[in-house]
Amino acid sequence: MSNAESRNKSDHKTSNKTQVAAIEGWMTTDGEARLVGGRGAETGSYFFPKNMAFSRNPSAPSEEIAEVQLSARGRVWSWTTNHYQPPAPYMPADPFVPYTVLAVELDEERMVVLGRLAPDCDPSTLSSGAEVEVERGVLYEDDDNQYMVWQWRPVATEDAR
Amino acid sequence: MSVGEVAVLGVGMHPWGKWGRNFVEYGVVAARAALADAEVDWRDIQFVAGGETVRNGYPGYVAGATFAQALGWQGAPVVSAYAACASGATALNAARAQILAGLCDVALVVGADTTPKGFLAPNAGERGDDPDWLRFRLLGATNPTYFGLYARRRMEQYGATPDHFAKVKVKNARHGLNNPYARFRKEVTIEDVNASPMVSDPLRLLEICATSDGAAALVICSLDYARSRGVSNPVRIAAVSTVTPTYPNTVIEMPNFATDSAYGVPEPERSFRDSIAYAAYEQAGIGPEDVNLAEVYDLSTSLELDWYENIGLCAPGEAEQLLDSGATALGGRVPVNVSGGLASFGEAVPAQAIQQVCEITWQLRGQAEGRQVEGARVGLTVNQGLFGHGSCVIAKR
Repeated sequence: MSNAESRNKSDHKTSNKTQVAAIEGWMTTDGEARLVGGRGAETGSYFFPKNMAFSRNPSAPSEEIAEVQLSARGRVWSWTTNHYQPPAPYMPADPFVPYTVLAVELDEERMVVLGRLAPDCDPSTLSSGAEVEVERGVLYEDDDNQYMVWQWRPVATEDAR
Repeated sequence: MSVGEVAVLGVGMHPWGKWGRNFVEYGVVAARAALADAEVDWRDIQFVAGGETVRNGYPGYVAGATFAQALGWQGAPVVSAYAACASGATALNAARAQILAGLCDVALVVGADTTPKGFLAPNAGERGDDPDWLRFRLLGATNPTYFGLYARRRMEQYGATPDHFAKVKVKNARHGLNNPYARFRKEVTIEDVNASPMVSDPLRLLEICATSDGAAALVICSLDYARSRGVSNPVRIAAVSTVTPTYPNTVIEMPNFATDSAYGVPEPERSFRDSIAYAAYEQAGIGPEDVNLAEVYDLSTSLELDWYENIGLCAPGEAEQLLDSGATALGGRVPVNVSGGLASFGEAVPAQAIQQVCEITWQLRGQAEGRQVEGARVGLTVNQGLFGHGSCVIAKR
């Protein structure tokens, strides 16, 4: 199965609920899953999350910021699995399930971005430098909606899935 | 840069614990202890700097005034400083600047906190534009999450093992046994650490600092004022560094979702954490080789190892070796966290950086009973507050 097909599969609604972004404007809501950041018109600096109002690059304080899709793939910088339920506003599953947070290096953007590991992936297979790809996943849901967030999936395990 | 020195005339603390009382009570105890130690009447204090607490309502936001009122209004100007874990150093620096500018001769610095149980949580409400709130909502990125990322990184990059991390806890617990202000005064073994529940893999419960109630205070003054009080050889503060990062900050930090991008811009000469102590060394005109002891912010066991490298006790990747050699244990070349560190205290946010200075002061005076570093002449404290706050103090005698 190609990556694009598996993405479509993971995007496929598994219920009649409406999928909405857990936070607006941080990632694409349809089509290919990508994080959405900002990019400075003069320096090419990337920002995530984006902030269109001003540039944080002190060498170009007045540069315009344009919306940009960040790279779909990155490499694992580090990861950790949390075994305790965090306080609100975390929306835990009931019962609580441990979850893994990844720090991922994006080569083109030269930045590290956090995100959770896709919940069906085994963190014991991770290693630093391993390639991962961004996708949409359900962060939590209520009676009407599924609230979607970005998550990372190891590229190597994708075809074996 | 040549910066003048100020004297530490008095230090005082309220024991750390989970006492559940109002933070002002602890602050008053610590302040009065510092005043007594300095033999200065409260009414002679000319400036008050309070480290803020954000978990105790309005009185916490205006901590300087809260403590001044509690001690009895006497007209001194106040400042309240918030810089997360670095609040205490920021308050100290505000008072130091007043003295060095000649605006006052003697000042009181106080930090106190009452903390809730469990993880430190963000402010309540729907706060979709607050990264501290969003990191919990979108990622479940608690503080230990970031500690876990750093710890795993050390394992991947430098070959650190969970036993190395556990050894830090064993060392600091042993150091804290003889500190009457420490909250946890119990020896632990590597086996105890490794048997404690996993929190943020690879870090276990005994490797992540608790949150505590506590208070610490300093009376600082000009060298002339100290002499006028008959104190000819005081502990002197030679540097206070409260630097912020330089763009692009390329290490992921609380509460951020991403680092700055290093695209198209030169990276700074030093990482943020390296720059914190570097600025202090520059101010004091000394280097890491001159340091006899250090109090570093062991929010987690593995972070202590990071700090060894950040303050120049060893090269990057050599912290495990330095730990294994015994150099950072009491009796070693440069003991680290002889107070017991956060491992023995738990964190009382606005008091902690001040607690570090209290410990260094007792050490340089030769008063650290049961944990004294023999012949200590130079001590360094280092800490970092989320949202980009550095904190490093160098004291000499």
